[in-house]
Amino acid sequence: MFQIEFGENDDKVVGIDLGTTNSLVAWMNLTKPEVLPGEDGDKLVPSVVSLTTDGAIIAGNAARKELIDHPDRTIYSVKRLMGRGVADVQDELKLFPFRIAEGSDSVIQVRLGERTFTPPEVSAFVLKQLKKNAEAALGAPVTKAVITVPAYFNDAQRQATRDAGRIAGLEVLRLVNEPTAAALAYGLDKRKEGIIAVYDLGGGTFDISILRLHDGIFEVLATNGDTHLGGDDIDNRLMRIALEDIQSEWKEDISHSGEAVQTLRRDVIAAKEALSFAPVVHLKFSWNGKSYDRELTRELFEGLIKDIVDRTLGPCRDCMKDAGVTPEQIDEVVMVGGSTRIPLVRSAVEVLFRARPHTELNPDEVVALGAAVQAGILSGTVENQLLLDVTPLSLGIEMYGGVVSKLIHRNSTIPASAGEVFTTGVDGQTNVLIHVLQGERELAKDCRSLARFDLKGIPPMPAGMARIEVRFLIDANGILSVTAKDARTGQEQSIEVKPSYGLTDEQVEAMIEASIEHAQEDLDAAQVAMARVDADGILAAVAKAQRDAAYDGLDGEERACIEAAIREVQAVYHSDDHEKIREKIDLLNEVTRGLAETMMNTAVRGALRGTHV
Amino acid sequence: MTADYFAFFGLQPALALDLKDLEKRFLDLSRRYHPDLNARKPAAEREAALEASAILNDAYRTLREPIARAMYLLKREGFDIGEQTTKDVPPELLEEVFELNMALEELKDGDTDALPQIAAARERFLASRNEVDGEIGAKFAEWDAQHSRDTLSAIRGLLNRRKYISNLIEKTNVPD
Repeated sequence: MFQIEFGENDDKVVGIDLGTTNSLVAWMNLTKPEVLPGEDGDKLVPSVVSLTTDGAIIAGNAARKELIDHPDRTIYSVKRLMGRGVADVQDELKLFPFRIAEGSDSVIQVRLGERTFTPPEVSAFVLKQLKKNAEAALGAPVTKAVITVPAYFNDAQRQATRDAGRIAGLEVLRLVNEPTAAALAYGLDKRKEGIIAVYDLGGGTFDISILRLHDGIFEVLATNGDTHLGGDDIDNRLMRIALEDIQSEWKEDISHSGEAVQTLRRDVIAAKEALSFAPVVHLKFSWNGKSYDRELTRELFEGLIKDIVDRTLGPCRDCMKDAGVTPEQIDEVVMVGGSTRIPLVRSAVEVLFRARPHTELNPDEVVALGAAVQAGILSGTVENQLLLDVTPLSLGIEMYGGVVSKLIHRNSTIPASAGEVFTTGVDGQTNVLIHVLQGERELAKDCRSLARFDLKGIPPMPAGMARIEVRFLIDANGILSVTAKDARTGQEQSIEVKPSYGLTDEQVEAMIEASIEHAQEDLDAAQVAMARVDADGILAAVAKAQRDAAYDGLDGEERACIEAAIREVQAVYHSDDHEKIREKIDLLNEVTRGLAETMMNTAVRGALRGTHV
Repeated sequence: MTADYFAFFGLQPALALDLKDLEKRFLDLSRRYHPDLNARKPAAEREAALEASAILNDAYRTLREPIARAMYLLKREGFDIGEQTTKDVPPELLEEVFELNMALEELKDGDTDALPQIAAARERFLASRNEVDGEIGAKFAEWDAQHSRDTLSAIRGLLNRRKYISNLIEKTNVPD
């Protein structure tokens, strides 16, 4: 009893922004969300992973250093590959030095040195680094997290993110959309009613969400975006110019040297960032004794990126239309993502929404802060706030002729569900194949294939007689699940799921096991630490109970029994065997059950009296 | 899945709903059922909250839109709301449709002279839809006052006509 009551509250749920360029972890420090720095003091953990020459995996700042020395063993921007197939990412491959392994079909495999990894595994290394940072900063094990995703992520991309969390040893309590998280972070609930637009231009993705606020409830009205539009595209523009310049000045093509390209990219990003604060900067780059120096004016820069900024405006207008609001009705605009520091982006947003955007919070941190608030909502420490989010894309099934029949429309509040009855087309047919898609287009070939569900074991009968009720449910994470039952017998129908992109459950399990094998000692240590935290919890709770009137009501034997159990927990507390600690915790829990119930009943009676007065 | 949407909101079946009141009920029920606010409950309760929350959202989506609400009520009252029949389409519209199709053909062949005619047809269709919406509104009030199946039957006819007109409006939505 005490274990349930007090033990679980000790679990800290962190909020994680798993970004294209950088990732952060935050938590609720009493009433305020706070980003947790790493051991190096940096709050931003670069989303970079590297396989060192001695076979160890490193992530974050350490890995970023390797980008220049070992570009073939290092990967960045892997978020662009999450939940996608090889055919989807051909455009990205022209711009990003991803090394896709041969034989990758529905799940991409990227090569780092001599090993290959799936994008969720790579992301898991970043998440593990964040988990480690959080555990060091909080001095307690961290096993539960809220992770943010771009609002416009589809089902496969969301599943891949959740898989990454599981592989990293995190229970992902909720995937929350980045722009909605940002709205939470701004504490706009202080305003009772109003309409908020969140403009989120990150490293690799663009999202726009429009929310209505009613007394602590954030209701997303509509969302739109582009999962392949962001600061990286701006960097690539500048890279192209610099590479051309260098080619003509030096008569040398450096684009084949990974090391040179990475160094140049670093310098280009530095120049871009400086341009947000100065009207003129110099892009300087040195390589093999040669140097390149180019003046960049903000004017030239703005001309160069104008069409990228303009590409964000269409989704903004569509989003307002879907939300049924006009620019005049929007009360507040929130800016998220590093790219919103660019003056041209700010002025474009200001013109479109006719409101000066909020920029008080650091646009790099605001999503992680919001994720921490959401973690607080889930763990009960943040009260009176609730997010009602929507699914960004319509869900449908393929019909005869390749036409898509929509079951759940985009911008539907989630959780959302839809039912559909299927039958057989041929006498004696025992299975029905259902192809589920996401997207707004009419034809299946133009939508995103999510999965094929095979309804199996239908009893043979004449065509059209079977009635299989299939229920599609999109949960609060925006992830689909499908259940089916035979309408005639009411029996659950077995379904075999073949995801079109991404990992099967078995593959994820295998990866989790592999990652556990690699880190058995870490895991043991974490389990011992967690067991001790639970021991602390129950010992404190029992100590408190011993001062309660109910304890005096126990007879001597009962009290002796509890005292003995306390001593047993204390005796094993410092051992390295987490199972032994758990065993003694359970024993103490067992012998105090009666006491806890008595106290609970008294408390409930007290509370009931309170409410009826 | 078979939950009654009206009962779910604590409402009597009705076609003219107070949307402010419906929204308030929706927000109150969201505070009760949303998975985020049930995250620390045992698995079975979490599961139930997810189900209830999905039904709540589905129900709200259906009841807040007058057309979806009417379709739902018709289905609930045992009406078959399948394919539209041409008997619900006013004859004067059929003539318009014939002319519209000709104009659209011409446009397809690159004759932009047809554009003003299409635009004019669009205006007329929009006006007819407004007219139908007015009639539907009156019938909603009529049904709420006395639950007569004849009224529902008339509503079904109006909904079919409305759908037919909406398809025409869609057709006239040609890029300039």
